[in-house]
Amino acid sequence: MKSVKLQNVSKTFGKARGVENVDIDIRSGEFFTFLGPSGCGKTTTLRMIAGFYYPTKGKIYFDDRDMTTVPPNKRNIGMVFQNYALFPHMTVFENIAFGLEVRKLPKSVIKEKVERAQKLVHLDGYGNRKITELSGGQQQRVALARALVIEPDILLLDEPLSNLDAKLREETRVEIKRLQVELGITTIYVTHDQHEAMAMSDRIMVMNQGQIQQIGTPQEIYNRPVNHFVASFIGESNIIDASIKAIEGEHVIIDAGNGIVLKGLTSNSSPKLQIQPEKNVKLSIRPEIIKLGEGPNSLIGEVQFTEFSGVSINYIVKVGSIEISVMVINTGTNILNRGDQITLHIPEAGIYLMDGEG
Amino acid sequence: MNANETNSYRVSPWSKLTQSKYFVYILISPLFFILLGYVIYPLYKTFVQSVVDKEGNFTFANYLKFFDTMTTTANIEALWNSVYISVISVITCAIVGVTMAFLLERYDFPGRKILSVLVLVPMALPPLIGALSFTFLYGESGIFPRFFQKLFGLSEVPFALEGIFGVIVVHTFTMYTYFYLSAQAAIKGLDPSLEEAATSLGAGRIRIWRKVILPMLTPAMIASSLLVFMISMASYTAPLMFGVDRTMTMQIYLSRTNGNLDMAATQSTILSIVSIAFLIIMKWYQNRRNYQNQSKGIGVHRTEVRGPLMKYLSMFFSILGTIILLLPILVIILISFSVDGRWTVQIIPTEYTLQHYIDLFTDSRTWKPIWNSIQMSTVAVIGNIIFGVAAAYAMVRMNFKGKNLLDILIMIPWALPGTVVAVNLIAAFSEPSVFSFNQVLIGTFWILPLAYFVRQLPLVFRNTSASLMQMDHSVEEAARGLGATWWYSFRRVILPMTASGILAGTLLAFVQGLGEFVASILIYNVSTMPLSVAIWQKLYAFQFGTACAYGVLQILLILIVLIVSEKLNNGSGATM
Repeated sequence: MKSVKLQNVSKTFGKARGVENVDIDIRSGEFFTFLGPSGCGKTTTLRMIAGFYYPTKGKIYFDDRDMTTVPPNKRNIGMVFQNYALFPHMTVFENIAFGLEVRKLPKSVIKEKVERAQKLVHLDGYGNRKITELSGGQQQRVALARALVIEPDILLLDEPLSNLDAKLREETRVEIKRLQVELGITTIYVTHDQHEAMAMSDRIMVMNQGQIQQIGTPQEIYNRPVNHFVASFIGESNIIDASIKAIEGEHVIIDAGNGIVLKGLTSNSSPKLQIQPEKNVKLSIRPEIIKLGEGPNSLIGEVQFTEFSGVSINYIVKVGSIEISVMVINTGTNILNRGDQITLHIPEAGIYLMDGEG
Repeated sequence: MNANETNSYRVSPWSKLTQSKYFVYILISPLFFILLGYVIYPLYKTFVQSVVDKEGNFTFANYLKFFDTMTTTANIEALWNSVYISVISVITCAIVGVTMAFLLERYDFPGRKILSVLVLVPMALPPLIGALSFTFLYGESGIFPRFFQKLFGLSEVPFALEGIFGVIVVHTFTMYTYFYLSAQAAIKGLDPSLEEAATSLGAGRIRIWRKVILPMLTPAMIASSLLVFMISMASYTAPLMFGVDRTMTMQIYLSRTNGNLDMAATQSTILSIVSIAFLIIMKWYQNRRNYQNQSKGIGVHRTEVRGPLMKYLSMFFSILGTIILLLPILVIILISFSVDGRWTVQIIPTEYTLQHYIDLFTDSRTWKPIWNSIQMSTVAVIGNIIFGVAAAYAMVRMNFKGKNLLDILIMIPWALPGTVVAVNLIAAFSEPSVFSFNQVLIGTFWILPLAYFVRQLPLVFRNTSASLMQMDHSVEEAARGLGATWWYSFRRVILPMTASGILAGTLLAFVQGLGEFVASILIYNVSTMPLSVAIWQKLYAFQFGTACAYGVLQILLILIVLIVSEKLNNGSGATM
């Protein structure tokens, strides 16, 4: 298995900017995800790794070998496309065998390897089927088998689940992760779905407008987002403008306006933020962290909107002029209605500080 | 990262070349070379011939002569006639084509199904055969005029198709399909809920037509009008059949055969300018705007024709339409069994024989033109495939400077009348040049395949690029990602996936080559006489039977090709 390194890679299309200064180090055997909204440059980055685009600037290495301008057919990669890109004029067997035939393996070896790959994706016995006779999920698995059978150094997956329905998506997600762990193959996964990214990845790179926002484990990205974009793109969060009033040892006193004063921890802040008095900051407070009743950082507000989802009750609460979204686990207690008064508190560790500009 | 590592990775000189960003220009330069040599250079040579006099001086004398009405009005009259015929043809074709499309798409009546198949019959008629069948049916000594003469005991035929009127009737019959097909597609795309929406908003029938239906049909109608106008301008066989000398194509032919080469070149250049101008207008219009229906999955709703009177009326017209559409083919079949030289003043031939069909394949003199045409059309089509596939691939898949230029250059032969193509080739290749490998091509076997190649080029190119465009980019990328070289993935993935589209276009080009008449008549020689010229000569020699047997053979071939390519297109439509 190979590691992948992108060194200061930029790609421009004519005057339009694709991606800018991408610097990543993907470890051998790692499941690495490019996450971001559409048009953020994640697919462009993937295609440069695959060799379908060459970077305008910067270098790409597989292990220590410079692959920057090596054509795609010389990279030994396995790629699964969003629409699978199966060859419609070939059978399942012929599709999977294609890469092996290119490598001029003997017929008997090809047969053996293809059959093993079919078994791996639970398609044994489907060899003679035409592609058009398969369901979407089966096509997806053929695409996966075709990519894996050549024993690629790197597996590239470009939104492979986006054409499947919700249930199949769940199943296939588990399947891909299982294969990746079993084969220990370096995998780069592109998606705009944060749940997919969180569930599958060892590390995630969040991108927006052609630039890296943050690289980290799912926990780091969720719990310690570096900026407003990451905090609101990954999961739901209350983003509140505030300023630092004072620093008291490991505590930080924050003025959130409307006479609301909160107490947080200096350690629970973005590494990019310099904590000093008078500094404008943004607070990120996850709805599920806010608790009902009295406690540290107590607030009293009025219920604006109630939504019962079974597992949880979601409230929108107005505190002064700020609207806060709160999620409470359903324990069978009374549900508050619009207009009711509500008492909330925020544990100190639940207040996350970010730079006010970002 | 050290340099040795990079070098240890094997880079063959070939793959280095294929990765260069200038590689695309190496690929497309043969395309430009061919277009330059066989389209632009001949066009240019004709132009030169028209503006350079015998002493080698530059002069516009020929053009002044063309527009000078003092010495002869023939040229101006021809230009005016060509335009006049074309405008009237556009109008009549539009009326017939659009009416047919509306009746067949929007109404249900007895006989609709059979009529909607037969409505495309004119497409199966080669131009020469189409014009020929009309003179047999409705001409001065045609079956119908004779029949009515006998019926009423008249001394003269009561009516006959002749002159410009005849040309327009034949044009209407053979070209309304262009309007029919585009109007049919537009009507199919017209969402009935739009009309329902308009009705619910209080609009009446007339307002709906004026404000909803017609505006949505306009783009299709304008595109068809331009097309029919161009084809009418280029029409040669119909004027020839009805003896209308004063059209541009006929004037070129006459100047040519009278040895007035400068004048032929001048007339050709003027006709080229008109044709290319129309091509450019068409391209511009197509790019300008296109009404795209927003809705998907349109349910067709047909109005059923009700009431006994309307039912009988519609049945009567269905039968009449069926007869009119089938008669041209039937008459050709009938006469193909008649004994040569015996059909004179009778209504229909009186003596019949199978001999013509036996002769087709047994008499070496009768077989020769067929074999000639097969050979020459095959050669042309092989060239078309190689060039068409390369050009379509370059246009669809590659990015390079000069793409628009290549697009226009490829379509120029489509706009040029066959007569002009022939005149251009004569001007270019009656002396040795780089493009003819220093040979004189005129008078050899090769000039005809070259003419077919040039004329059929846009057809193969268009079919191939259409099927390439349907193919998803990522399929090719998937092959490359799996380690296939460009050539391997082209061979194993792109060609098999587009083969049916390419084949359909090629077969069409092949039969058109078999029936090509307009350019052939100017450049054939005795040993390379093609099928269509043979038909013409047989007609001249009063051997109607043999001529029509040739015609039936052509119609059969075209029908087979139409059916096969329909099958092929349906097959490829099922990709994923």
